[in-house]
Amino acid sequence: MQALAPTPQQVAPAGRTLDVDNLTVRYGAAVAVDGVALGIEPGEVVALLGPSGCGKTTLLRVIAGFVRQAGGRVLVDGTAIDHLPANQRNVGIVFQNYALFPHMTVAENVAYGLRARGQRGPSVDQRVERMLEMVQLGAFRARLPRQLSGGQQQRVALARALAVEPSILLLDEPFAALDRNLRLDMQIEVKRLQRQLGLTTILVTHDQDEAMSVADRIAVMNRGKVEQFDTPVAIYDRPKTLFVNGFIGTTNLLPGKIAAVVGDTAMVELGAGATLRLPAPQGIAAGSPVVLSVRPEQLVLSPIATTDSWAIEPGLSLPLGSQLIHEARTVDGAALKIVEPRRHTPTEVPRRFCALATDARPSLFPRSTPTATE
Amino acid sequence: MTSAVVTAEIYGERRSLRLAEWQLALPLALAFAALFLAPLLLLVATSFFNDDKITEPGFASWAKFFGDPFNYKVIADTLLLGLKTVCATVIVGYPLALVYMDLSPRLQKVLLFIIIMPMLLSVVVRTFAWIVVLGREGVVNQALLGLGVISEPLRLLQTELGLVISLTQIEMPLMLLPLISVMSRLDPNLRDASAALGASRWRTLFTVIVPLSAPGLVAGCLLVFASSTTAFISQTVIGGVRLIYLPLVIWQQSLVVYHWPLAAVASLSLVVSVLTVIAALSYLGRRSSRHLQG
Repeated sequence: MQALAPTPQQVAPAGRTLDVDNLTVRYGAAVAVDGVALGIEPGEVVALLGPSGCGKTTLLRVIAGFVRQAGGRVLVDGTAIDHLPANQRNVGIVFQNYALFPHMTVAENVAYGLRARGQRGPSVDQRVERMLEMVQLGAFRARLPRQLSGGQQQRVALARALAVEPSILLLDEPFAALDRNLRLDMQIEVKRLQRQLGLTTILVTHDQDEAMSVADRIAVMNRGKVEQFDTPVAIYDRPKTLFVNGFIGTTNLLPGKIAAVVGDTAMVELGAGATLRLPAPQGIAAGSPVVLSVRPEQLVLSPIATTDSWAIEPGLSLPLGSQLIHEARTVDGAALKIVEPRRHTPTEVPRRFCALATDARPSLFPRSTPTATE
Repeated sequence: MTSAVVTAEIYGERRSLRLAEWQLALPLALAFAALFLAPLLLLVATSFFNDDKITEPGFASWAKFFGDPFNYKVIADTLLLGLKTVCATVIVGYPLALVYMDLSPRLQKVLLFIIIMPMLLSVVVRTFAWIVVLGREGVVNQALLGLGVISEPLRLLQTELGLVISLTQIEMPLMLLPLISVMSRLDPNLRDASAALGASRWRTLFTVIVPLSAPGLVAGCLLVFASSTTAFISQTVIGGVRLIYLPLVIWQQSLVVYHWPLAAVASLSLVVSVLTVIAALSYLGRRSSRHLQG
């Protein structure tokens, strides 16, 4: 993909801020979006991540003006846009199925927004040419959408949305219909254009890898609420709730209880048979049942027992590219996944003990929290 | 068994299957030939007789029918009636189809039932119902009189206005069903995409919805035109004897005057003139929606 020198028209003024303030959407009795608040910085890419039905698409449709909220506000650059109909919000949107106008050529699709704004004449043609060059589809201007591949259709949809210089760009699962290799290319392409234009962007997705790779910050949504709004690294390393913990990445859940709290340190007694010294979590008293969540790469196997390791029953070991994945079971029946770099062939000595890696950052959650589904 | 053999066998099977499928259409083809094609040929043959006893071959019936300027007016009136009905069903039906698309699935079912209901009733019943509605003492006149809009009853029965009004209702399912079937296949995101790009509702309607629903609109127009130009019962019962359309002429010649050659000429005139308009309409429709089928 060649880098294009930005022309003056392509460098938009710095992106707008987008604030969602206590937004609630109801469909009949059901609450689709429940008191969501987000503050999005200019030029930032925010991913709304969650399982289907979590309200992320509804939130996007409220921002675009397709759905009316029951309460709360949407502000662009500090100004409420709630009273504006969709066609006056100047919001660019790319749909999962692209929603290109099938009876119009590529050039007509890209010109659509300009013509709807009453623009006529050669300035429209020039703008369309420039947008098509930007997405590298100049040679396809006279084609109809169905004569294009999925990736090309998406570029047209992107060019069409960007042609009107929107204040905000909304992407509704834009990569879901693409195959894996093309998806990566398009993610890079979108990120490049977004950076180039400095556009504040919201990406709706249910794919955590996509959210992690494209977004500056991720809002993890569940049942109409934002469970955590943070950088991808913070969400992966310090999930606030068991749901976020389960939804992002793979994790091992070990039940146990807090035996004692000494200053900042909690003694956590695992059902698997070890007592670990961990930073004391907020608001969990001694004696409470907890769940320890630890990522597969934060566990290590060892042939010898130590004070803070626990016995396991080793299962299958699967080489997966550069990694080796071990399955194991604890004495209290919890299934474990342990990932280690495949530096050498598997050792002959059976490793029947498991412990936290030295840099492990396990999370503790009260056990009354409903367990994550994914 | 090698894969080549397997492939050959599969293809062989397909070929015999295709032959069997073709044979399955034979009974219908024979029925068509016996019940549609043969009578049509008989009709053409009958038209080339001069006398009502069908004994003397010749072109006299054709000459007589087309020598009478009155018959040209009847043909023109018949086609105009069709066009007026088509216009009225489009004007009422298209917005109704748009409303249908915005309804919840449950209300869509209710509306669809209301749309189809006229088809569940006999033509005669529907037509007599319209007499009750449009008559001097009918619902329309009573309402307008009661509201003070008019001071004396409107003449709706035995006028073309009343006929077009009733045909619009009677033919409405033929317009709405193809229209709704095409519209419900439209991607709802297209409307949102258009709005997000800054287009008003009217612009979206005329640049996106109408062009994309054109195939359904054309199909509906063809059906309504063909059906309303040949709606003998509605034409005669509501239009009365003072409004003369081709189906009435055919009926008079065949069952009152018993001059079958003339009736055959009138019938063929109806078939040819209606088909001509339909061919023109569908040509225009194909041109306007060429980009859709490719």
